[in-house]
Order: sequence, then structure tokens, then C-alpha cells
Amino acid sequence: MNLLRTAVLLAKKDLYSELKTKQILVTQIIFAALVIVVFSFAFDPANNTTKAVIPGVIWVIIVFAGILGLNRSFISEQRNDTMQGLLAAPMEAASIYLGKFLANFMMILVVEIISIPFLFLLFDFKFLGSLPYFLIVIFLGSFGFVAIGTFLAALAANSKSSEMLLPLLLFPITTPILIGVVQATRIILTNMEKLASALAWIQLITAYDVIFFVVCFLLIDYVLEV
Amino acid sequence: MSMNLKREKTALPVIPTESAGSANLSNLLFGATVVSMLVSLYFIFIYAAEEKTMYAAQKIFYFHVSSAWLAFMAFFVTFLFSILFLIKRKRIYDTYAYVSAEIGVVFTIIVLTTGPIWARSAWNTWWVWEPRLITTLILFFIYIAYIMIRQMDGVWDKKARLAAVFGIIGFADVPIVFFAIRWWQTKFHPIVFGEGPSQKGGGIEDTMLVALLVTITAFTILYSYLLRKGVSFEKMRLSVDQHKEKLRAKMGE
Repeated sequence: MNLLRTAVLLAKKDLYSELKTKQILVTQIIFAALVIVVFSFAFDPANNTTKAVIPGVIWVIIVFAGILGLNRSFISEQRNDTMQGLLAAPMEAASIYLGKFLANFMMILVVEIISIPFLFLLFDFKFLGSLPYFLIVIFLGSFGFVAIGTFLAALAANSKSSEMLLPLLLFPITTPILIGVVQATRIILTNMEKLASALAWIQLITAYDVIFFVVCFLLIDYVLEV
Repeated sequence: MSMNLKREKTALPVIPTESAGSANLSNLLFGATVVSMLVSLYFIFIYAAEEKTMYAAQKIFYFHVSSAWLAFMAFFVTFLFSILFLIKRKRIYDTYAYVSAEIGVVFTIIVLTTGPIWARSAWNTWWVWEPRLITTLILFFIYIAYIMIRQMDGVWDKKARLAAVFGIIGFADVPIVFFAIRWWQTKFHPIVFGEGPSQKGGGIEDTMLVALLVTITAFTILYSYLLRKGVSFEKMRLSVDQHKEKLRAKMGE
């Protein structure tokens, strides 16, 4: 209980400072928009076959924009050595992780809420699938990605070149989740008859989320040691 | 920073010089590696039957499978020693984990090289996006990342701790990667052992199986030799560092 309360407090602190500076969120959203523009050069939006790549594009946006935020989440604590302060405070390392996770998760959700409709609009994509299932997939996928991403960001923050290190750590580890969400999103957006197979993918993503959330929780003490 | 340096100095344990017994073991392993490799070459090229359609190109299969076995074993050893390190915090466990991961990466590269050479003559393509291939590739990337964590600057115990954590996470990820890709892709890889859905296992001739088992044994011995050698190199590096430190202290006086 105490763990959760301090975590929420930490998340509030992060989100409040983000609300004041709007540094990360604005960068993430502009970056997402730029990715969409680059994709419009790569795949002609007027072409009908482009619809097939939309599910993949959604996740490329989330992953690329997400990694920008993840990079900052622990680095920003280093400037004034506030990380030492957090570690010395009377709370567990797990609640630091949980707080950072909540803040990152909120931010990526905001980015998704803005950028995905924008993508559909610009690529003139008619949404035919089921909206609740789509939201579930987006939610579960982002959850797993941010959970493992926050953990590895804490790990990479110890390096001087953590911005370069984090993607190298994060992408191979999140392979299963990326495969799963792209497949599930594709089925839900374009081919609702195969819903059973999408549900199987959702199960895989959920299993991954649970396993890695627990593993990260257990191992975060070793990462955030003084 | 100066505090870190001091910590590094105190953290260095006194390393006993290699005793005669362990040198003997090292020589023994070296001899065993040479002999078993020669024996396995005999089994591969002379004893085992030649494949009907692929002829000599099939011989690479023995090295390919054995290297893959060695790499997976090496990563498993890294996983075990990572857990041990986090519990016991002894430097020697960390050294074992690191050396084993390095050996694993080298043999993953061998797997990823011999595979396409074989595939070119068997499937007429260098690479297919197929579960086992992609899993091996992802595995390769995970352990490259592991080695990059070791290259960070800082005191050794911090690096060892972070690498151990990543070694555990990375290994736990491998089965999930494999299943995810297996669901995603259809089968292409020949299933030699056990049954697949459509292929009832290509099966393997007895002579080939013997040759394969002999090669795998040889590679296992090779692995233990390399691990031993690698760990003794790491120990030597540590002791050189120690001597340098001592010398520096003396010159400073």
C-alpha cells in the first residue's frame, strides 16, 4: 500500500514537472508527426496497398516516440543528483520504478491518443475493425513496452552514452511483444474474421506483460543499488 | 570519481597465482579437445554416410548444430552464473558469466555463418525469416547488448551487477521470442528430431547420428577448455592491474 502511494506521488511529481516544461511530451508528439510524414514518402498514401502497412506504422511510431521519453526518464534525475535523493529517501526501489513506469505510461498514452487518429486521418484510413479490441491491444502493448523500457532505462542510465545503449538493449528484448501487437493490430484493423487468432496474440502479449512486470519488480533492487 | 577509484582498489581481491594442478587440468582439456576434434572429423568425413541430394554440403550440418548447441549452453551458463553472482557477489562468478557470454557470441556468429552457407545449397537462398533463424539472430543481438553493458565505464561491481540483471532478463526472453516467432511464421527449417506438424521429422541415418553426437561431445569439451582459458586470462588481467596499481603507489611515494 505504501509502495503504491509513494509510486503515485513520484509519478505525480514527474508529470507535474512535465506539465510545467512540456519538454518531452511536445518532442514526442512532433517526432511522431515527423515519422508519419517520413512514412508518407516511403509508402504512397494514395496507393491502396499502403493500408496493409498501417498496423506496422502505428507501432513504429509508438516505439520510436516512446524511446525518446524513456531515455529522459532517468537521465533527468541525474542533473542535480536527485537520483541519489530518491534512493536515500525512505522508500523501496520498486516504488521508484513503479512511479517512473506510471509517468512514462501516461505520457505514451497521450502521444498515442494524439498521433494515431492523426495517422488515420492523413492516410485516409477507414476504421472498420472493433474499437474496444483495438484499444485493448494498444493498451497492453504499450504497457509491456513501457514496463520493460523503464526497467532497461534505469539500467542504461548508468552509462555515459545511455541514449545509444537503450535502443540496443530494448529492441531485442521486446521482440515478442512487437511481433504480437503488430499481428493483433493487423487482424483487428483489416480482417475481423480471424479474431480468434488475434485473441491468441493478445494472450501472448498479456503473458509477456505479466512475466516481465514481475521479473522487473524483482530485479529492480539490483539495478537501483547505491 | 576519486571515491570510485578507491573502491576499485579495495575491491580487488588478492589473486592466487595459477597452481600446478589447474595448469594440468588446462593441458588435459586442451589434449582432449584436440583428440576429440580429430575423432569427430574422422566421423564426419569418413564414417558418416553421404547425403543423397546435398552431397558434401550436408557435412556442414554437424558443425552448425554443434556450434548452436555450444552457444545455447554458453548462454545458459551465463544465466546461471548471473544468478549466482547476484546472490553471492563473488567476482569469480561474474568472470565466468562474462567469459561464457563472449564464447557464446563467437559461436553464435559461427552458427549464423554456417547456416546460410548450408541454406544456399539446400534451400537455394541465403536466409529465410523462420523461427529458429530469427531467434538465433535476436539471441545474438541480446548478447551483443550484454557485452556492451560490460564495456560501460565505472567500477566493476556496478557493471557486474547490471550485466547480471541483463543476463537473467535476456535469457528469460529467449523462449518467449522463439514461441512468438513460431506462431508468426510457418515452418521452413528441416525438423530432424521429433515431429513437426507436416514433416514427420526427416529422420537421420544412424551413422550421421553417431557423427553428430561425437561432434557435439567434442564441442562441449572445446567449450570447457575455452571457458577455463578465458577465466584464467581474466584473472591474469586482474593481477596485472593489481601490480600496476602497486607500482603506481610506489612511484607516488
